[in-house]
Amino acid sequence: MRCVITGGNVKVLGKAVHSLSRIGDELYLEPTENGLSLRAVNSSRSAFASFLFVPLFFQLYERGSPPRAGQHFRCKVLMKSFLSIFRSLPSLEKTVGKCLILLKPQASRLVVQLHCKYGVTKTHNLAFQECERLQAVFSTRQCANSLCAPARVLAEAVVHFPATLSEVTLSAGPGGKISLRNYVEDEKEPGRTMVTELWLAEDEFQEVAVAPGTCITFCLKEFRGLLTFAEASNLPLTIHYDAPGRPAVFTLDDPLLEVHLVLATLSDPESISQSPTANGASELPTPADDFADDLESYMIAMETSAYEGGSGAPPSPTFPLRTPGPAHSEPEEEEEEEAVPGTPPHKKFRSLFFGSVLTPGGPCLAPTQEVLAEDSDGEY
Amino acid sequence: MRFRAKIVDLACLNHFSRVVNTVARLAKTCTLRLTADKLYFILSDKVANGGVSVWCELCQGNFFDEFQMEGVAAEHNEIYLELVPENLSRALKTAQNAKTVKIKLTNKHCPCLTVAVELPSLSSSSRIVTHDIPVGVIPRRLWNDFREPGVPDFDVSIYLPVLKTMKSVVERMKNLSNCIVIEANLSGEMNLKIETDLVSVTTHFKDLGNPPWASDDECQSSAQGRDLESMAEARIDIKKLLQLLAGQQVNPTKALCNSWTAQLCCMNVKCFAVQIIYRTCLEPLSRMKGASQVVVYVTIRTGV
Repeated sequence: MRCVITGGNVKVLGKAVHSLSRIGDELYLEPTENGLSLRAVNSSRSAFASFLFVPLFFQLYERGSPPRAGQHFRCKVLMKSFLSIFRSLPSLEKTVGKCLILLKPQASRLVVQLHCKYGVTKTHNLAFQECERLQAVFSTRQCANSLCAPARVLAEAVVHFPATLSEVTLSAGPGGKISLRNYVEDEKEPGRTMVTELWLAEDEFQEVAVAPGTCITFCLKEFRGLLTFAEASNLPLTIHYDAPGRPAVFTLDDPLLEVHLVLATLSDPESISQSPTANGASELPTPADDFADDLESYMIAMETSAYEGGSGAPPSPTFPLRTPGPAHSEPEEEEEEEAVPGTPPHKKFRSLFFGSVLTPGGPCLAPTQEVLAEDSDGEY
Repeated sequence: MRFRAKIVDLACLNHFSRVVNTVARLAKTCTLRLTADKLYFILSDKVANGGVSVWCELCQGNFFDEFQMEGVAAEHNEIYLELVPENLSRALKTAQNAKTVKIKLTNKHCPCLTVAVELPSLSSSSRIVTHDIPVGVIPRRLWNDFREPGVPDFDVSIYLPVLKTMKSVVERMKNLSNCIVIEANLSGEMNLKIETDLVSVTTHFKDLGNPPWASDDECQSSAQGRDLESMAEARIDIKKLLQLLAGQQVNPTKALCNSWTAQLCCMNVKCFAVQIIYRTCLEPLSRMKGASQVVVYVTIRTGV
């Protein structure tokens, strides 16, 4: 893979990296025919973001010939090292004229070259790790509600919340009014926390297609990261959401790039009380129908596939093996990670799950997995 | 018990939030006392809090366009609330370009001071933000704990230098000692001093000036007839002083109108305290009545 980015687009790339760095510790790079895709997922797998830069975004974009038939190269790098290249956005804007990104699988190096003013060239050689495809399974079409607003409106709305606040609740009130309010965990003493609520009128939005009374609770940190990017690029942001507990999808659309942020949302307090231990791998069996409903309603399926379209059967998100054990997923263990879900330790986010389509020759654990949720038609 | 107030004027709002910010930096929790024409932020001197007390008195007419309150009883027409000033400060921080700010006492999940901010928006309707700040209502039997500090009977009163300078000096001294000696005299000289077995460090400030009002008042007898050169000294906990200096919101200068001055009173032995008084003269806005001064008294107990 070889691509050249010039002018203001370098800064756009830099901002995208900043925004992704709010999500995960590793950056997944995937050159596709539709452009270069940068992705990240958080350690608890409750947040996933992807930035797809279309070939038009680049001055030059060569995906490179696949080294082996049918297999395209994907890799991940440490977010910290990639971010350090784009750390200072003002200096990026002032000094960098051209940015060259080269993926050299043979040399095991990802090369990022910044061509700066006065003939200075900065070359960064990053070590990478080959990896499977990282893809959250979600569909905006399945979301019953959507909201679209200029990023500035939303950015001005979230400044009212303290930087330390972790979750906000977005709800649709009567008359198309949208409210944002800080989520207060029940355990905390209610008399100790300041509650902030903000109401936005319908006419501040470009599009409001929500059912009154619906509400979702999601993490603010990742959303803020996306907002910073969206505000700088002056793009409208669309929020797609469904019932509480199902993922909310935040999208930015531009001819040059497509941005998706998928965040797990807090499930309904009632459904939580029904199955209080429903996170992690060590859960107790609950009534089957109840449970299945529950599952379908809250999962973000994440899939990793070694082959792009390599298998005839569609990749099916599967439910994790119910083995007692630590509930935390370890991102490094992509290979053995048969859908071990992780949830943020103290939160009630029903996170996710991601199936693995294994290579035919590989150790096959798939048959033992129980499919509980249908595959949603992915957008990729 | 009822309370509601409204601020429309941006300058008043800005000023009010500066006062609240200053209090928030000084105290984690404080008492808000409301009377018909004044409001007070009070941090009473408790040993657990490290012997720092704050008394800040504001005339409601200088800030609010509407101010209605009804106390517990006609003869005790006051309200005492315990609140975290940081919350109020945060609520006001994002209200800097508000059309109106309303502050109300409400009873939601618990007693709350509700700050409702009306903000301009890009569309025709304005944005409404409400902050419900939990408060505790202080019963009447405890009201006596919050009494106005008496007129300081001090030996020396002096203007403080630019607090940033003072802060950087004290910051370095903190690494060497736990307590600091502040010395000052009536000819504008102040020394900050630490003394340990290994080292003694003194920083000298001069030409600071002494506030003129100090000698007018009859009560401040100790300052009268005092040798201009002789130093009055007080020993205080260096961390508490630093906390104060680090939290400074207002940048005191003595020259400009509508700015703050900080003034130090090295009190005499009887009081065992050093008092720092921030005061400001508000710009004479048309709607403001009377002498519009805001005074914040911060007292640190001496004798570590």
